Amino acid sequence: MTNLQKELKVLKESVLEMLKLVLKQLDKASEAFLNMDDALAEEIIHTEKRVNAMELTIDKQCENVFALFNPVASDLRFTISMLKMNSDIERIGDYADGIADYVVALNGPIDAKAVKDARLAEMFEIAYHMLDVVIVSFESDNAVLPRQVFKKDKQLNEINKASSTLIEKMVLDDTQKTREALYLFSTIKKVERIGDHIKNIAEDWIFYMDGEVLKHRKKVPKSTD
Amino acid sequence: MEESKKITIETKKISAYYGDKKVLHDIDLQMLENSVTAFIGPSGCGKSTFLRLINRMNDYIDIFRKEGDVFINGEDIYKKKVRIEELRKQVGMVFQKPNPFPKSIYENVIYGLRIQGMNNKNMLNEIVEKTLKQAALWDEVKDDLKKSALGLSGGQQQRLCIARTLAVSPSIILMDEPASALDPISTAKIEELIYNLKKEYTIVIVTHNMHQAGRVSDKTAFFLSGELVEYDDTNTIFTSPKDERTENYITGKFG
Repeated sequence: MTNLQKELKVLKESVLEMLKLVLKQLDKASEAFLNMDDALAEEIIHTEKRVNAMELTIDKQCENVFALFNPVASDLRFTISMLKMNSDIERIGDYADGIADYVVALNGPIDAKAVKDARLAEMFEIAYHMLDVVIVSFESDNAVLPRQVFKKDKQLNEINKASSTLIEKMVLDDTQKTREALYLFSTIKKVERIGDHIKNIAEDWIFYMDGEVLKHRKKVPKSTD
Repeated sequence: MEESKKITIETKKISAYYGDKKVLHDIDLQMLENSVTAFIGPSGCGKSTFLRLINRMNDYIDIFRKEGDVFINGEDIYKKKVRIEELRKQVGMVFQKPNPFPKSIYENVIYGLRIQGMNNKNMLNEIVEKTLKQAALWDEVKDDLKKSALGLSGGQQQRLCIARTLAVSPSIILMDEPASALDPISTAKIEELIYNLKKEYTIVIVTHNMHQAGRVSDKTAFFLSGELVEYDDTNTIFTSPKDERTENYITGKFG
């Protein structure tokens, strides 16, 4: 293994670690919001600092690879994709942290029927599944599997689109619930944005993997979608 | 990218042998006018032999022989009626190590012209200034033209050799690792020079420094064991090469 390959291996391990941490953050954000669990929300907010620190470390690792090793071909595509994925992963962490902030700010129960009607739990599940698929693709050098997330992202967009009417109705039915409605609406928006960032990560991974050389070098399993 | 450019150099089914050993295998390659074409590949891959076919430098090697054809501007340069001196005027060459003569800077530049019998002082002065400017050396030596070329730094000597090559008005310049013996600053100057010279010349460069190929060339040819593995736009070679052997070589996973 060349020195560059060793550096890239370390870089991949760092990105994988961050992906897994952010997946946990997303899972906790889902649980914290759906159950209005303050303690869990505080835990997310605390862990967000680690996510930010990881982003800086990965940025530095990529910078070093560019400066010291002048990567080309698949190594270049890999380093570019890690750099781009890094900022998307960090943004997902930010959204999880933002959702946790809402839980703390709301400081009480939320209208369970409205949450159900808005299909928020389903949105969290879809987003979690999307990120999980990306992680599996990343770990197994798979360029076909991440294509699943594009369809899932469309589902998130549709649920998000339908939510504004529901939220409007919630406010009109009971103006006392305006604050809850706004937090619910903002959370829906955040989960929708999380889907966009996961889609970006999948695209970056495919950009790396889908070089023509890699196409006939790697045995890529057919899509299971 | 520049597919509309004229083909200046073309080889058809070129094979080369040193004695019984075949070192190049049926190579077809087209090099374009006002472009820089880089040849890369591990030592012994045949890239320098291929470069030297373009100005018949291999002719001096007793055990060398070739099959196939080399055309410059459509003309077969291995035809009997071709005069090697005329070919060398048209195809200049810059070598790995700067090789100035133990003469003044001025005399070095006009060496080829003197051999051709040119003695018009005004014309020679003009050519010295023009080619030293083209070689980005004029500002550094204009007051020392009568001084020995051997007093120049390695990087300056190499630019002087480029000026000497340009003085006989070639249309093609072959460069065999022109910066491999130079420090990074001199290398950067040579690379900048190559970039500027392609506006007027067709340049072919052999380099072991792949990043140099990336920085200076429009097209890159990857040679391996005497075969032309891949030839494409340089940015394609260095971002998404089509052949696994190219990928492995440029990423250092080779072997």
